[in-house]
Amino acid sequence: MSGVSVAARLREPTQVVFLALLGLIALGWVLVALDGGQFLTMESVVGIQQRSAALGIVAVGQTLAILAGSLDLSVAYLISLASLVAAEIMAGRDGNIVPAVAAVLAVSALVGLVNGLVITRLRVHAFIATLGVALIIRGVLDHLYDGPAGKVPESFQLLGYSRIGPVPVSALLWAGVAVAAWFLLSRTRLGYRIYAVGGNEEVARLSGIRTGRVVVLTHVLCSLCAGVAGLLLASRLGAGAPTVGTDGGYDLESIAAVVLGGTALAGGKGGVAGTVGGVLLLAVLDTLFNQLEVNSFVKDVVRGVVIVVAVAVYARRLKGRPA
Amino acid sequence: MKRALPILAVLVVLLAAIAFVNPFFLEPAGFLAFVKRAAPLVILAAGQYFVIVSGEFDLSVGSLVTAEVVIAARLIDGDESATWPVLALLIVIGLLVGLVNGVITTKLRVPSFIVTLGMLLVLSGAVFLWSGGAPRGALSEGFRAFGRGGLGPVPWSVLILLAAGAAAIWLMRADFGKTLMATGDNERAAALSGVRVHRAKIYAFMLSGLAATVTAILLGGFAGVSAQVGQGLEFSAITAVVLGGVALGGGRGSVLAAMAGACTLEALFTLLNLYGISGALEFTVQGVIIIAAVAAGAVRLPRKFTPRKGDAHAAS
Repeated sequence: MSGVSVAARLREPTQVVFLALLGLIALGWVLVALDGGQFLTMESVVGIQQRSAALGIVAVGQTLAILAGSLDLSVAYLISLASLVAAEIMAGRDGNIVPAVAAVLAVSALVGLVNGLVITRLRVHAFIATLGVALIIRGVLDHLYDGPAGKVPESFQLLGYSRIGPVPVSALLWAGVAVAAWFLLSRTRLGYRIYAVGGNEEVARLSGIRTGRVVVLTHVLCSLCAGVAGLLLASRLGAGAPTVGTDGGYDLESIAAVVLGGTALAGGKGGVAGTVGGVLLLAVLDTLFNQLEVNSFVKDVVRGVVIVVAVAVYARRLKGRPA
Repeated sequence: MKRALPILAVLVVLLAAIAFVNPFFLEPAGFLAFVKRAAPLVILAAGQYFVIVSGEFDLSVGSLVTAEVVIAARLIDGDESATWPVLALLIVIGLLVGLVNGVITTKLRVPSFIVTLGMLLVLSGAVFLWSGGAPRGALSEGFRAFGRGGLGPVPWSVLILLAAGAAAIWLMRADFGKTLMATGDNERAAALSGVRVHRAKIYAFMLSGLAATVTAILLGGFAGVSAQVGQGLEFSAITAVVLGGVALGGGRGSVLAAMAGACTLEALFTLLNLYGISGALEFTVQGVIIIAAVAAGAVRLPRKFTPRKGDAHAAS
């Protein structure tokens, strides 16, 4: 590999995030070793996978919305709603799992459709449109629920906890969603259209793409991902909870993970691979802090700095590239 | 003024509806109580307006408000003589946070959404790290007077609001406002015609930080010390600005309309309370109204008046 190609590779944010991930793992290994422990034991690897699965699934969906030049602030409340719909319909009975999952996916798709239509038909800025939808869902949740409700049968709880060898089922689910999104983006016509719309909507429209349809579809897919994450969290909790989405901060956190993975907030540039790297980076950072028993508030500070620094690095690299 | 007309009309209708249910609202005391309650959000919205009209976002204001209230309580700790030094310190912190936001956004070319999101995490983490997880200490009476006291029958917060509003309108009419508007409308064109766009944006962020400081001082006095005092205020402020017809992406809208938007939001909360749609469903109604109001504005105007989020950065 010649020096030129290494330099060219370093310009790709996806490579940068995975290099950063490797660097962080090495750094973590040294720090934990100095502390007299062992980083990345079987337990902590499983922990990283468990922790990142829900955020990862949401972030993959968020990637699609951001690539198309939009964004979705409603995912956190939708996750809570999905967990409640799932647990209420299942009501602890195995036979109700299929209808419950179907209902969650239907509700999620509907929310995504509303998001997309408000943005494209009513021409409301995505920030305001999805914030508004988030408030609507929040009101309904607060009105109907005070605390956890419903019950998830034991067989469905396996989704959250069981694993095949060292790999949790939830991580496999995340991998499946990520691979599907990767396939969509890099191998299908819709994928190319998403990049085109995010890159320049006007040019995309003039080239004959029905841009509104593409934006609506990405929002439906993004909401479906949030719904799946809600199912996963419901299976972990054994019930639905009205605060599970907001407690996890999935709205801003998923956007942060996507941007950390090198996807441009303005749309049109980036991909799912970077997002996976971004989510893993956040999860490894979390695990490292837990193992070193660092105060949880330091975590927030470091996380904030990491996100800003990462994006500053990407911005610098783009600057060095001929326009 | 002309651009503020639609939102002022909506505001008048809402105020009339409130007065219809609650005649006390028409008396000076009732109306002043409303303005007093609205003042923090209106000032915060004016600060957010400067940032939005320059084509950026400031998501850090909510956590900045919380941070400043917590810092004030800890440092003052009931000591009357510490009031003024701490007030000065808070203003410095607010300006400094704005400066950092602005410099990272312009010089390091990081989207402001990310910069201020990072700042939100850093501020909330740092303040609770310093205070040990829960707010401690107490504000002095002198500090609280800004939020609850008054000059005769007129609350201080109303006077501060009038002063801040006048200053904001004056700023937008001065050269600064024109350069800021030009920067938000088309950053490249503004830069080529000699506007120091980076400086304008940095000042906008500093004004937002200053507004958050004033809001923190008013809320600290009015609502007291808690870790939740600023929670969600960034979204309320952005919503208020957009409700006033100011375009996200920059370059359009008036500061008067933004402040009227904040009053409208507050009036809406009051009205929903009066009609007994309290607590929970309030959010749902709020969400529907925000989408409807912005959609109504967007449909009336031609397409170019509703730029997409990416426009601000595509220019840089």
